[in-house]
Amino acid sequence: MSVLLSIDNLNAHHGQLPAVRNVSLQVHQSDVLALVGANGAGKTTLLRTLAGAHRASSGTVRWDGVDITRLPAHQRVAEGLALVPEGRRLFAGMTVRENLLVARAAGRRGQWSFDTVLDAFPQLAPKLNARAGELSGGQQQAVAIGRALMTNPRVLLLDEVSLGLSPLAVQGVYDALRGVVGQGTTLVLVEQDLQRVQAVASRIVCMLEGSVVADAPANQLTRAQITAFYFGAQRPEAAPVSHTTGSADGEAANHASHVHPAHKEAA
Amino acid sequence: MNLLNQIVQGLLLGGYYALLACGLSFMFGVMRIINLAHGSLTVVAAYLLWVLAEPMGWHPLLALLAVVPAMALLGWLLHKLVLERSARLGALVPLLATFGLASVIDNVLFQHFGADTRSLATSIGTLAYNSWELPGGLYVGQLPTLVLVLAVLLLGGLHAMLAHTALGRQIRAASEDADTARLVGVRTGTVFAAASAITMVTVTLAGASLALRATFDPFSGPQQLIFAFEAVIIGGAGSLWGTLLGGVVLGVAQNLGAQVHPQGFLIAGHVTFLVILLARLYASGALRRFFSTRRRAAP
Repeated sequence: MSVLLSIDNLNAHHGQLPAVRNVSLQVHQSDVLALVGANGAGKTTLLRTLAGAHRASSGTVRWDGVDITRLPAHQRVAEGLALVPEGRRLFAGMTVRENLLVARAAGRRGQWSFDTVLDAFPQLAPKLNARAGELSGGQQQAVAIGRALMTNPRVLLLDEVSLGLSPLAVQGVYDALRGVVGQGTTLVLVEQDLQRVQAVASRIVCMLEGSVVADAPANQLTRAQITAFYFGAQRPEAAPVSHTTGSADGEAANHASHVHPAHKEAA
Repeated sequence: MNLLNQIVQGLLLGGYYALLACGLSFMFGVMRIINLAHGSLTVVAAYLLWVLAEPMGWHPLLALLAVVPAMALLGWLLHKLVLERSARLGALVPLLATFGLASVIDNVLFQHFGADTRSLATSIGTLAYNSWELPGGLYVGQLPTLVLVLAVLLLGGLHAMLAHTALGRQIRAASEDADTARLVGVRTGTVFAAASAITMVTVTLAGASLALRATFDPFSGPQQLIFAFEAVIIGGAGSLWGTLLGGVVLGVAQNLGAQVHPQGFLIAGHVTFLVILLARLYASGALRRFFSTRRRAAP
């Protein structure tokens, strides 16, 4: 599978404080990559840096082989990289219809349109003229994802989409995301619910204190291992070290699972 | 009957204030920037029209067609060169930058045109003083009525643009949350520059109204700014239809004040503005918080 997004030695700071440290990752087409880690691990900052909402201190982000590290956020959207931010960040004073249409005008042309987004999130159809700020949490999350889909992304970055939602609403959101993946969209999601992560992700990346400490196919990490990485208690040697995946036509592509060198040393 | 006449005349004057204030309100509503050069830019538009209509002999309407795009371009440049850069440095910097810009504009106009007062009233023939008679012996000036209609059309047009066009949605999105707007692909810099250009179109129409119905000089800007600011505050900052209401309330208050005392025209407007401002601060609890903070801070 081709590499869509390639991150090389990426660093990002909040003031003087390092939030992302020497992160190197590759996101392949049709990946469902889950970023897990404790609060403050740097997941949100990494997603925001990829989306262009946060400035990278050093390192490179390549999109289809082209360096986009300094590209503004709106141009990344035009290239097909969209972020559903933590907390939804809807335009609360605008209606659901307007929230969706504002993204259509600015995004790429493709399979996602106003009608197909409503097909994916039918609960929004009766709420089109309601102000986004008046909706329930689940409905707001549906608008946030639908708004990002209106830009026709090739890679959709999702930050804590289940945060603050009822279990039923979370189920609804993930059912819709399965449909999004089915349309060929690549997902990079930050999620705290490890059970759900293991159910939906094809690949899991664990972060600790701004660094990647594990990167492996979802089916090669046990929940206990993820939890251990989550808290920094896992001995890195115990993590899977490599695996190979192949596309349907048999062409193999190597997704090397790894443990970050810094953590090998620490261990 | 005299009272009714004063109210009607105040309503017509309010149309001009609404036209004048609409750009200030739009810029504040969209970009949260209070443009202290607003009045001076209105006078710039009036001078541009005057130059084309008087020394060069153009018809005022033709001059307006030429000045509108020129001022729109000036608005675009104003945003890119002054407002965008100063807004990055905090909320206070655009205030200082536009205050300085107003000072520069006023003095450049003075240096170039001198202290003489100008008007375009002579360029539009009898329209400058013709009136319509209403039932009951009331007379309404044709030009003030046209200005009021223009103000309503302009505010309605801006409202429709914001509500129903792609640019309007992008302006509202960028105004509500610029960071998130960029994340859905909105070019916020371009959108705000377009909003500044639209603001300058309204400024040009206000400048044309000023030039046609009154006199102006290089230092008329600050007074126009005060009237615009009062109308915006009375009507509710950032609200377009509120701006129309604010303009009308200010115009009526000034006309009624003039009936009480010759100096009452300006004083009544300022008092109305202050009373409404204090009432808004009291209703929002800001006054109580201010005084309780002072009491706590006292030794």
